[in-house]
Amino acid sequence: MAAQTVKRSALRKSHRGSEESKVTRVVLTVVALLFAGLFLLLPLVNVFYQAFSGGVRWYFESIRDPDTLSAIKLTLTIAAISVPLNLVFGLAASWAIAKFEFRGKSLLLTLIDLPFAVSPVVAGLIFVVLFGRSGYFGEWLDSHDIKIIFAVPGMVLATTFVTFPFVARELIPVMQATGSEQEQAALTLGASGWKTFWHVTLPSVKWGLIYGVILCNARAMGEFGAVSVVSGHITGMTDTLPLRVEKLHNGGSMGAASSAFAVASLLALLALITLGIKTILEWKTARAHEQAQRATVDDTQLPFTSSDAPK
Amino acid sequence: MSKQKFNPLPGFRLTVGFSVLYLSLLVLIPLGALALRASSLTWAEFWKYTTTPRAIAAYKLTFGASFVAASINALFGTLLAWVLVRYWFPCKRLVDALVDIPFALPTAVAGLTLSSLFAPNGWLGKFLVPLGIHGAYSKFGVVIALTFVSLPFVVRTLQPVIEGLELEIEEAAATLGASRFRTFTRIVFPTLFPTIVTGFAMAFARAIGEYGSVIFISTNKIGDGEIAPSVIFSYLENYQYGAAMAVAVVLLVASFLLLAVINLLERWASHYQT
Repeated sequence: MAAQTVKRSALRKSHRGSEESKVTRVVLTVVALLFAGLFLLLPLVNVFYQAFSGGVRWYFESIRDPDTLSAIKLTLTIAAISVPLNLVFGLAASWAIAKFEFRGKSLLLTLIDLPFAVSPVVAGLIFVVLFGRSGYFGEWLDSHDIKIIFAVPGMVLATTFVTFPFVARELIPVMQATGSEQEQAALTLGASGWKTFWHVTLPSVKWGLIYGVILCNARAMGEFGAVSVVSGHITGMTDTLPLRVEKLHNGGSMGAASSAFAVASLLALLALITLGIKTILEWKTARAHEQAQRATVDDTQLPFTSSDAPK
Repeated sequence: MSKQKFNPLPGFRLTVGFSVLYLSLLVLIPLGALALRASSLTWAEFWKYTTTPRAIAAYKLTFGASFVAASINALFGTLLAWVLVRYWFPCKRLVDALVDIPFALPTAVAGLTLSSLFAPNGWLGKFLVPLGIHGAYSKFGVVIALTFVSLPFVVRTLQPVIEGLELEIEEAAATLGASRFRTFTRIVFPTLFPTIVTGFAMAFARAIGEYGSVIFISTNKIGDGEIAPSVIFSYLENYQYGAAMAVAVVLLVASFLLLAVINLLERWASHYQT
């Protein structure tokens, strides 16, 4: 804490030895901003520009198209199943990993990250191997008239696979940081396990939880490769929004091209909302952190640091 | 540790049990099924499928373009992280938030907009295509798409490390007469280097698996413009499961090796952080 205070004041004050000359700073900043502008801002602005290139009316007509509406519905349905599943897993895994010591813990941590290392197309492929017509359960599913591949269940499975680590990854460090003293206190005072979880654990990790959920949701709604493999691409039936974008893009006509961008703009909007919430959450946790730090500084070192404690 | 032995918290069996069950059903068993199915191929078949000219051209493009993209990000990502931590400029927080765009923007949208930017009538293509630089429907386009999707890794791994650098050490170097350039190359850069390599490896790992953005901007021609995931996809569409699985195994092994390398790199990098 003291080191942080010193560092922050050092940043504010003169730091001749640790700073580049003004020319260097300007040049580096301009080059970095050009890179960011070219690769981050321009593609984003272009989505909205192209979406409205056919006029506002055409934009809304593209979105009101029945096939696009059914794609919106399917995208929301898949996310509504995949995200809660991974949320429950994230809560269970982070509780086990953060609150207990057990053998194989680091193995479990590594395995949770596994889906991130798998290419989306391969993620789709593994479910084709299991449930496809010539897959392990293909014949059995066929004889019972259950469709998984080229149907919605397969798309849900593939989406759940690729979004598997998100909530757990965000929650584990947050839960590890909060420790388990508060839960132990609640249990000592006679609260049940569930009650402790609901009233003590959940509130203390809520920002990390929301953060994980919105990232998981963004990926679930935007997933392309894995879903594309198992979708079957039946227009109006198994097209999600990203698949709809591809189909319109391949449609070829000028109208279809701007329709593709209109649909894409919905997904870009989702990305912007996700980033907005993420930024607010980061700002909130940073402020809570700062407040907590100030409190401990005030409590423990009051006589020594009252003059140079952060305002 | 001793505290953990008498852990009074409930739910250990429930949560570990559920986590392991869910992980097994969704991730381990399906991946195992692929491995089992692929192992039913004979070595000769496996070798034949994974070394066709089509597959080899795809590996070259996948790994080559990913390497170039990760290198671009190592260079400019380091610069961007440095500028974001050390300097002040207008809209700094906005730029910082923008760095996560490639994480949040669906890859299909990224591919769509990048290919339209670099197309002959696009905002950038208008100037670049007359100069002979074809960003859309070319191998260069594959590099552009992969650079975009893997952009945040170097910046986001590096930012906290730059924040944690001790300014005092740099000041001491200056006091002892070192120029700023010398201080940077001799003190700052060696400290950051392991983290830059980690970020590079993460970006590279992300890029080799990428599919969605690339198919919008590449020619996707067999043997020229096809990446490894596209080859798998195309085999699957033609019901050539054996060939699809063989190429998928190559890609999976590469990804898992990279995951192991990244774990080692992270351990190495953590030695350099204070």
